[in-house]
Amino acid sequence: MGWTAVAAALLWALEPVAAWALAHAVWTPDPAACAAAAPAGACWGFVAHAYPTILFGTLPPGAHGRAALGVALLFGLTGISMHPRAWRAALLLLWAGGAAALTVILGPYSTQVGGLLLTMCLTLVGCASGFLLAIPLVVGRMAANPLAHRACRLYVELVRGLPMVTVLFAASYVLPLLLPALAMTPLARVTLAVALFEAAYFSEVLRAGLQTIPRGQMEAAATLGLSYLQTLRVVSLPQAIRKMLPALVNNVIGALKATSLVVIVGLQDLNGALQLALGDAGWRPYALEGYLFLGLLYFMLCYPLSRYARWLERRFQGGPS
Amino acid sequence: MRHRLTRHGAARLLGGLVLVGALVLMVLGVREQLRIRRIASGFAFLSEPAGFTLSETLLPLDLKDSYAQALLAGLGNSMRVALAACVLATLLGLVVGLGRTAAAPAWRRACGAYVETIRNLPVVLQLMLWYALLIGAAPPLEAPRALGAGMYLSKGGLALPAPIGPAALALGGLGLAGMLLALAWLRRASAPRSTVALACVSAAVLAVLAWSVPGAYWSLPTPRGLSLAGGWVLSPEFLALALGLGMYGSSYIAEVIRAAVQAVPRGQWEACAALGLNRVACLRRVILPQAVRSALPPLTGQYLNLMKNSSLGVVVGYPDLVGVANTAMNQTGQAIECIAIIMVVFLGLNLLVARTMTRSERWAPGSAALP
Repeated sequence: MGWTAVAAALLWALEPVAAWALAHAVWTPDPAACAAAAPAGACWGFVAHAYPTILFGTLPPGAHGRAALGVALLFGLTGISMHPRAWRAALLLLWAGGAAALTVILGPYSTQVGGLLLTMCLTLVGCASGFLLAIPLVVGRMAANPLAHRACRLYVELVRGLPMVTVLFAASYVLPLLLPALAMTPLARVTLAVALFEAAYFSEVLRAGLQTIPRGQMEAAATLGLSYLQTLRVVSLPQAIRKMLPALVNNVIGALKATSLVVIVGLQDLNGALQLALGDAGWRPYALEGYLFLGLLYFMLCYPLSRYARWLERRFQGGPS
Repeated sequence: MRHRLTRHGAARLLGGLVLVGALVLMVLGVREQLRIRRIASGFAFLSEPAGFTLSETLLPLDLKDSYAQALLAGLGNSMRVALAACVLATLLGLVVGLGRTAAAPAWRRACGAYVETIRNLPVVLQLMLWYALLIGAAPPLEAPRALGAGMYLSKGGLALPAPIGPAALALGGLGLAGMLLALAWLRRASAPRSTVALACVSAAVLAVLAWSVPGAYWSLPTPRGLSLAGGWVLSPEFLALALGLGMYGSSYIAEVIRAAVQAVPRGQWEACAALGLNRVACLRRVILPQAVRSALPPLTGQYLNLMKNSSLGVVVGYPDLVGVANTAMNQTGQAIECIAIIMVVFLGLNLLVARTMTRSERWAPGSAALP
């Protein structure tokens, strides 16, 4: 009874959608055919025509191969980092090597990175820097020193109470006033904004993890003669990070989705590149098809990560997903 | 012992001095930069005429009105869309969340697919999708589609009949009675029956009065020339934002409700079965009242998120607070003051919503404190 009802409801709701998207659709990049088929049929020809722009941004066609290689390299590195067997110090060396290889692959086009590669780099670098910033934040938050405690708590509460848009605007407009000597490029400013934003969320996750560690371990470490910072480095933080990995991965998924906001400050990530492709007046009526394609891309990036988070949860805690 | 205290104390003092020193240097540096770029400082610009107006506002805004008034209008827009999104997200999230706990696996999977799809797409993308859909698929302005009950849909938005005068009063009365009823339900027996009855009767009388003479008290949208005149128009930007944020929030609220329903002990379901209650009655009378209690804190978090996400109006061209502040920033160059205003407003709203929700936890069924 359940399946038939759901199937019937889905068929009734999706039939016009399927007719628009599949039956009457145009698959060739031909503006005339698309104009003839609209509005009864989708214009997937726009996607066929514009997918290089969406995926690679403003890179010239000769450099598309380099960008594709860079994306494949990043995917490979991320895939390797996901398995618990790979979590050792050598992984950091591997990433450093990968970053160097990426700069070599991109060569003269490193300043023109856009599209999918920009989204991935922004997410990876932003989250990595945010995580590195989160560790002193959480140490300060849990310190006995009232100044450190209050300052860190103020920072975290402030950043968590603000929308990402505000943080992006602050980074784009206020940073040049605060630190004029640095003369950061827009990309660097945005990466800093993502790092500062994610640092607050990561530090809250780490704080939750640290609070679940039994007090007896801290006392045992003190008995062994370890200082507060040494205990954190050797005993508490590794356990907290391992325990909170699913929540950290969820935050990374959130960061990946938040990078779609940088279109507001003019950067050419996936979203910005689509706006670039839509700048051509001939294809502008087919914006919906472009957004659907972008949705598919983001889904293919985020869904495996969320399954991975659930796999981690099951593996380390044995709890229900 | 004394040695360590002195060392600790000295370290703390040094740390404090370094922090204060860094802050002072930063403030001095910023003032120097503002002086170099000839940007004014201070909040005096708020009383100057703004020179721009918004595409939609609750109350009319003129070109000569000050920046402060423009910002207030933006805030009103933000609140309007956040409220609509919260209501939509709660209703939809309730349905989908309960579907996730349904007995039939088909409904569970279908609702699960809904939640997974929406959670794995960026909210900006969903808003742009809705906007592209509303602009692209809606009938043109010259030929709006009548949806019945005086509503029209077109590329210019959704036109609804607007109550004026006594009809507005009646609807306000109905809304007030509805809120009183909800409060009475939440506080269970402590609201006297006479108050509730009086509220309902007065609202009903007002409603009957208003509905009896429809033409005089309602502004109905009528096709006039190339567009519609009259009525209350919800612009496509507002609709895209409300629907997009509502659906986005509903997926998260569905998960919150699912967790809350699954947190109710299994024995309650078995007791229902022993009493002969079917699934719907059991949910309504036994499970949901208990689930509401544990759902309130994460629900607060989701409402705060929705409020923060209303700042994305700038992506679809809706003049919310952040969009208006951005325009003001571009015109006056006073970025720090405008961003400070946005920060203070958002943090204040955060505090207000969180405080209200914590207070309302006291009224939730099953709480120890008496209202």
